[in-house]
Amino acid sequence: MAKEGLFLFPKSLKKTLFHYCPGCHHGIVHRLLCEVIDELNLREKTIGIASIGCACFLYNYIDVDIVEAPHGRSCSAGTGIKRARPDLIVFTYQGDGDFAAIGLGDSLHAASRGERLTVIMINNTVYGMTGGQSSPTTLLGQRTTTAPRGRDPKVMGYPLLVAEILANFPGVAYCARVAVNSPARVLEAKKAIRKAFLAQLEDKGFGYVEVLSACPINWKLDPVSAAKQIDKLCETFPLGVFKEDW
Amino acid sequence: MKKDLLKGVEAVAYGALEGGCECYFGYPITPQNEIPEIMAEELPKRGGVFLQAESETSAINMVLGASAVGKRAMTSSSSPGISLMSEGFSYLIALELPCVVVNVMRGGPGLGGIEASQGDYFQAVKAPGHGDGRFLVLAPSTCQEAYEMTAKAFALADRYRNPVMVLMDAVLGQMKELVRLKKLKVEYINKDDWALTGAKGRPSRIIKSLFLDSAELAARNLKLKEKYRKMEKEIRYEALIEEDDQVLLIAFGSMGRIAKESVLKLKAQGYHVGFFRPKTLFPFPLRALNQIVQRNSKFRGIFVVELNCGQMVEDVKLSLCSQKVEVISQFYPPSILPYPEDLVKGVKKWLKKVYFFSPKV
Repeated sequence: MAKEGLFLFPKSLKKTLFHYCPGCHHGIVHRLLCEVIDELNLREKTIGIASIGCACFLYNYIDVDIVEAPHGRSCSAGTGIKRARPDLIVFTYQGDGDFAAIGLGDSLHAASRGERLTVIMINNTVYGMTGGQSSPTTLLGQRTTTAPRGRDPKVMGYPLLVAEILANFPGVAYCARVAVNSPARVLEAKKAIRKAFLAQLEDKGFGYVEVLSACPINWKLDPVSAAKQIDKLCETFPLGVFKEDW
Repeated sequence: MKKDLLKGVEAVAYGALEGGCECYFGYPITPQNEIPEIMAEELPKRGGVFLQAESETSAINMVLGASAVGKRAMTSSSSPGISLMSEGFSYLIALELPCVVVNVMRGGPGLGGIEASQGDYFQAVKAPGHGDGRFLVLAPSTCQEAYEMTAKAFALADRYRNPVMVLMDAVLGQMKELVRLKKLKVEYINKDDWALTGAKGRPSRIIKSLFLDSAELAARNLKLKEKYRKMEKEIRYEALIEEDDQVLLIAFGSMGRIAKESVLKLKAQGYHVGFFRPKTLFPFPLRALNQIVQRNSKFRGIFVVELNCGQMVEDVKLSLCSQKVEVISQFYPPSILPYPEDLVKGVKKWLKKVYFFSPKV
């Protein structure tokens, strides 16, 4: 019974300290990802793709084979892996800048082709690693280092709703937006990540989970306020399952 | 042995299949579309993967993925498409992932034209991407060579865990010649010690290029530099040199054919003219060329003939910086393809200027 305890350390998670800032949600998502990989018994046939951003250091924490991809190109690199070795399980871990700005072409085409990939997209509305510049998902009015007066739709357009776009693609089997700022939401997020892997495992299509994630340092908030700010994000980026094809 | 009348680009495709290519990713661009078209037909029949990407940036990163899991992967394109792949090239070099890239050069800069050009020499040889990385670059001059070099490129890439580029141009790509589709001895290199296959029965592997520790990054660069030095073993060239030669014509690829013909014409007329054609552009046959010129004190002029505004001439000058010999850049911008007779005239004119007479035997 002890082996099925609630708080065991996931096998796929390396026993080391995260370098992430206090209050950052990467750590929670890393753990959920590892729990799902363990539960589905995928560790020995999984290839992860580390994208450009804070989570480029994914390979320091997640104990599976990992290759780094250029900024925005994770879905293409993943396509190359999955096409070459369909028996392997491939996930990408990307930010909103990586997936939805510089890599939007690669991302949408991979989804449209129905690539058997699992994508975890961390949406924190800013470029975290480079110091909090605007991203396609920056909220209207949100101040960033490159929108010092706040995001003005006349100048910078509107936040890009990626999950809603992907839900229209026949190649996408699973598409959800989740958050990890409360225990209940953490459980929902884990379910979504699991489904996004099952979409690949059962050969259904592209699996996508967008995680609204806090970036306290660049939001200039303390960890608790940053977690609360996620509720504000939900007004623009509603949580939910947008597509579940089976 | 099967013989066929093939275009250079078709020879490339059959060469790739012979060389063990398992995955092809690419995006259409003239003048190399026959390569993806043949691969689309042939690769799936052999259990391989063909996928047309939505862009060259995407294609090269698909190659990156396939290569990371140990497959023989390739892409092909032409000049503007190659520029788009540059970032991916840099990553492939840094991640030490083997692959084959075929560049069927067209005229540039910009959209340029679809005429033949050798304008991407610098890009291929000096800086395929950002940072301090190099490709091993092969330059075929005939359709037969296009077949054989492409086939061999895969083993070379695997041997050095580095991308290999087959650099050719629209003339060679679109001309037809009789090609002997001979069975080649293809070397296969075990990739079990580095390829990503899932961490089964071994510790997990990381293939990365980010090294924030300055000592680590420096060591990484030195390791790559040492690899480029080892590649010098692969240097190949063609040389037609006689003892009394006073002039040497140097050219590569399709221009190599034109230069060679002009040399044969000059020789037939009694001129002492030699011919040198690098088959590997990186590493460049620097020492070989230096020794050839050093051995023969009669050399007065070295003509470097290229289909660009003078690029390989810089490598020739570097090779010969210790020699007292004039290096002449005989360049032709894209779309101005000289006849062998033009080169013959040029050499004769120069000889007259130097010797004040035509030094025929």
